[in-house]
Order: sequence, then C-alpha cells, then structure tokens
Amino acid sequence: MIVYIAKRLLFAAPTLLAVLTLVFVLVRIVPGDPALVVLGDQATPQALAELRARMGLDLPIWKQYVVFMGQALTGDFGRSLVSNRPVMTDVLAVLPYTLELTIASLAIGAIFGIPLGVWAARGRDRTPDWIARIVSLVGLSFPAFVSGVLMLIVFAVELKWFPVISKGVALDDPVERLRSLALPALNLGLIMVAYLTRVTRSGMLKALSEDYVRTARAKGMPTQTVIWRHGFRNVLIPIVTVIGLYLSVLIGNSVLTEIVFNRPGLGKLIVGALEKRDYTMLQGLMVVYAFLIVVVNLLTDLAYGLVDPRVKST
Amino acid sequence: MSAVSKASDAAAALRVEGLTTSLKIDGVWRDAVRDVSFALAPGETLALVGESGCGKSLTAMTVMGLLPKGVGRLSAGRIVIDGVETSTLAERDFGKVRGDSIGMIFQEPMTSLNPVLPVGFQIAEPLMQHRGLSRRQAMERARELMELVRIPAAAERLKSYPHQFSGGMRQRVMIALAIACSPKVLIADEPTTALDVTVQAQVLDLLGVLQRERGLGVLLITHNLGVVATNAQRVMVMYGGDVVESADVGDFFAKPLHPYSRALLAAMPRVDRPTSDLAPIPGQVPTLAELPDGCRFQSRCPLREEACAVRPPLTPVEGGRRHVRCVVLARELAGDLPREGTA
Ligand SMILES: Nc1ncnc2c1ncn2[C@@H]1O[C@H](COP(=O)(O)OP(=O)(O)O)[C@@H](O)[C@H]1O
Ligand SMILES: [Mg+2]
Repeated sequence: MIVYIAKRLLFAAPTLLAVLTLVFVLVRIVPGDPALVVLGDQATPQALAELRARMGLDLPIWKQYVVFMGQALTGDFGRSLVSNRPVMTDVLAVLPYTLELTIASLAIGAIFGIPLGVWAARGRDRTPDWIARIVSLVGLSFPAFVSGVLMLIVFAVELKWFPVISKGVALDDPVERLRSLALPALNLGLIMVAYLTRVTRSGMLKALSEDYVRTARAKGMPTQTVIWRHGFRNVLIPIVTVIGLYLSVLIGNSVLTEIVFNRPGLGKLIVGALEKRDYTMLQGLMVVYAFLIVVVNLLTDLAYGLVDPRVKST
Repeated sequence: MSAVSKASDAAAALRVEGLTTSLKIDGVWRDAVRDVSFALAPGETLALVGESGCGKSLTAMTVMGLLPKGVGRLSAGRIVIDGVETSTLAERDFGKVRGDSIGMIFQEPMTSLNPVLPVGFQIAEPLMQHRGLSRRQAMERARELMELVRIPAAAERLKSYPHQFSGGMRQRVMIALAIACSPKVLIADEPTTALDVTVQAQVLDLLGVLQRERGLGVLLITHNLGVVATNAQRVMVMYGGDVVESADVGDFFAKPLHPYSRALLAAMPRVDRPTSDLAPIPGQVPTLAELPDGCRFQSRCPLREEACAVRPPLTPVEGGRRHVRCVVLARELAGDLPREGTA
C-alpha cells in the first residue's frame, strides 16, 4: 500500500507540471495585449509599458516561464490587477466555501444515491426501481441553474425555510452557515444522487448475479451479508470511478450554483475576474482549479487502492 | 418411487424423494427436473452424469435451495439433509443448514471467490456464521483448512486475495470453505471441468481423501465418465430432466442398459479402442419447451416404439440391483433375473 501511494504521488507530479505549463501557454496565446485589454484604448504608451512590467510581460518568454513556474510552485500568483491584494489571499478566503459546497453535495449524493441504487437493484422492475429511475432522470435532466432557481422560489421565497441570499462570509456562525449551505448543496447534490443511483443500481445488478454471490449464499450467509459484504463491496469500485469523475465536474458546476445562490466561492471569484479582466487572478484561479482536479484524481487512485485489492499489486 | 440406495433412511447424509423442479420460461412453468429420488450414504460418492443441459446443476441448486426466485421452484418432492427436512423450511432456516450440513463447490473456480475479500476470511465466514467462532478462532481454523486442502504456505496466504491464486488453488480454497463446518454432504458440480488435466487429477484425489477421512457423502456432477469410473461408487444418468438409469459403477460400465447410457459410453474416448470407433450421439438435447411428454429420449432413441409416448417408470431390473427408465428394456428384462454373464 505504501509503495502504491508513493507511486501515485510520483505520477501526480508530472501531471501537475504539465497542467501548469498548459495554463502558462493558454494565457500567452490568447490574442491581444493583456495590458491593452486591462487599461483600454485610451491608455498612454507609458502606462501600458508600466503595466507590462508589473505583469512581467516584458521579460523573454523562457524567463516568464521560469518565473511563473517558480511562483506557481510556491503558491504565489502575484497581485490582483484590480484589488492589488495577493491573488492567493483572495483565493484562500473563498476556497473553503467552494470546498464545503462540493463536499456537502457529494455527501448528499452518497447518502441518498447509494442506498437508493441498492434498493432499486433488489426490487428490479418493481416500485423501488421506478422511484430510482425517476429520481435519476430528474437529477440529470434539470440544469443546475434551473433547479437552483426552482428551489429558491419554493424553499426560500415561498416557504422561507432558508435564506434567499447567503449572509456572505459568516464563518463564525455555524448554524447560519449550515442554513445557507443547505439549498446550494441540495441543488448540486441532486446531480450526484442521480449519478450514484445509476451506477449503484447497475453495479448491484451485476454483482448479485456473479458466481461469488452464489458462493456466499451456498455458505449460508444471511441475505443482508450477501448483499452488502459480498455484493456491495464490489460495487464500491465503479462508485469510486463515478465519484472521481463527477467530483471534477462538481467543482466546475459549483460556479453556476454559487452565482444562482449568491454564495461566496471560487465561482464568484472567477466571474468577477472575467468581468474586470483581472489576468493575474484568472491565471491563479486556473492553477488552483487544475491543482484541485489533480488532487481529486490522486484521492480517487488512493480510494481504488482501498476498495480493490487487485489494484495494489499492479 | 425408487430408492436406489444402500443407505438406510436414518443413516443417509442426503435423501431426495420425487424432487421436481420447474422453471418459468416465457411465462409458462415447465418441469425441468422430474421425480428424482436418491439417497447418499456418508462416505459415498454418487455420480450424476449426462450431457450439458439435462438438469444436473438444476438438481444440485434445488437441493441447496438456491433456485433463482421467481424463475425456478421446487414443485414437488422432499429433501432431507442430515436428518433435517429442508424442502419445507423458510429461507431463513434453510440458511442455517446451507454451508453447515451441506456444502457446494462449483465449476468456475476463477469467478466463484469474491475478488475483494481475503481468501482466509472467505473460508472463515461460514465458521463465524454457523459455529459462532470469533474472527480470530475462525481465521486460525481457516489456516488449518488451507493446510488440509494442501495449499502451500497457508499461513502467509491467509490474507491473500483470489487473484493471487491459480485456478487449481482457487478450487482448493472453494473446497476448504465448502467443508469448513464439516458438512455431511458435499455437492461438487463439475469441480474439475475448468481445470488443466494434471490439476484435475490432484483436485479429485484431494476430494477422495477428504471423503474417506471425514465420511463425507459426495454428489459428484460431471459429464466425464472417466471421472465417474475412478471416483464414484454409484452412478445416476440424467437425460432431459429424468433419471434414466441408476446403478453401481461396476455394473454400469460392464453393461450400460439404457440406450442413452450406451450412447454416452460409446461416445467416451477409451485407451483400449481406436478413436475412430467413437460414436457421437446423433441429435442434441431438446430445449425444455421441445421436450416430448413421454420418454424424453425418444426422439434420439434407436429402440423407439409406440409405447414410448407414455412416460416410462424407473423400473428395477436385475433383481433390483439397478434401475432403468425404458419400456422396451423393462419388458425384455422382466423375469430375466438370472443375469447373463457379465464381462
Ligand atoms: N435460470 C434459468 N433460466 C432458464 N432456463 C434455465 C435456467 N437454468 C437452467 N435452465 C435450463 O434448464 C435445463 C437444465 O439446465 P442445467 O441443470 O444447468 O443443466 P446441466 O447442469 O445438466 O448442464 C437446461 O435446458 C437449461 O437451459
Ligand atoms: Mg451444469
């Protein structure tokens, strides 16, 4: 297991370097002079040159690359062109909100989706199966912003169970924070419920027809043990795959949800940076997203090592 | 009702009477196994032979109470395992017998073990379930069982996973977990069909040793008559869900009676005969829906006559030493008690 973890970490490093390089290239090949874009047509040549120097754009390209990589690896992305605060300070201030939203929706997906999928597989083509099908259809066919607006109207505006507008940075009041997290997490979680119901249902159907489940029954194991220990343990493998894949999607999807629910987070930061053409901020955010996705992939690989003994030996 | 057994009722490890299994096919329940009766004494091996699709596995799954719900059912008959009548038990109570007084091993060693659980734990599971052993005690017993089935380095391999074992070793693990609770009966459904020839011999040898040492009654399902000749004391031939002949192995190989038994033996490769003499059985096993009502073998039978349209009974012949399900033979052999010289 230790060897396996070390190997995965070793593989993650080149991925991260490649992603950083890609971000560097992407920002440079976007047509137009960033300084001109930021300052507008009326800017004096002097001001333009000054800004270019501040952004490090006057250096030779290889030097820019070295500087960029050095900064990225030390978590320093320079200062925001708009607020003049360090990019990392702004990012770190809102990162917990995005992370808690992502993790909460993943938890909702797992808590509802997995049992629903198992239940559906056991009652194939009967009521549980139909309920599961409807839930996953609804979860997958509503775009996040549509279901978000609907939820706001029903639960916040009409029923007044939850705040319409998040109170903003209320780190110190856990109750308020949970209340403002509930609807956005439910909104994103619905998609996760849908995916997890589907993969669990089909995985369970397959597992329960496997020879090893027949063996477990032949040993006289009780039904619940057969289903969970022998059937479900094997379904964890496709479940980890789906969580790994859609966690990345979830981090991306949180942009829309954060805007609909007016929540602080990376999503709002990105939209603000786009509006104001804050290049350094965008560059920093791209790296942070890339880093998060590399981390998700790493965690997925480690989870495989836990749920599938065949992985460790390869 | 036939009782082709030397086992008295009380001593039988497994007794099956008039077992009839029906399958739901396209919404219609059809009898896939009809009126099978036998008794298995401790320490005895009864071979169940026949081409594939003739109902051998279905018979085994019925005895184990493992018919797929809604697709298969025991529609008649009694099953008594080690003195407990299981055919009337609720699923919960049947679960207490399964894996305890009766164990089963399957044809597919590669897929019959759970890939995500250590083999030692898979062997230990029935011990914790049926015998109330603690995990530690059960694992210790699992190690002994792995040694018993001659898995090398058992102690180190207790925590290994199935993918780290070869097919032959996995089948040994299957045997270990099937006999963990010292059952009276072991059903082995084509236990060596998927293995290499040399490994086949080793696994059969192991089964033989365990059976002698532990007085295990073995129902050995196979389509390999060579395996029957070397491993079984009695043989039951099935065709289309019917038992068509049952006899002691010696009598059977000396002189198979039923036309289907003869055809099976004629199709079997033997060292004392050139392979060009092999006579494949013409035609094929009809599907359940196509099976004729009377004698199920009539469509492929050289002795066929009008009377075959009515289902023949399993008739005792040769003074009750053996049984055969064929009207033509029953008539010919009737009163033929002084047997013609056997080879
Ligand atoms: N689950 C099932 N659904 C439909 N038909 C089945 C099922 N299991 C077995 N059968 C049919 O029952 C008959 C007997 O099968 P089986 O007992 O597996 O044969 P054997 O083990 O002798 O090769 C075959 O005709 C087979 O097609
Ligand atoms: Mg079979």
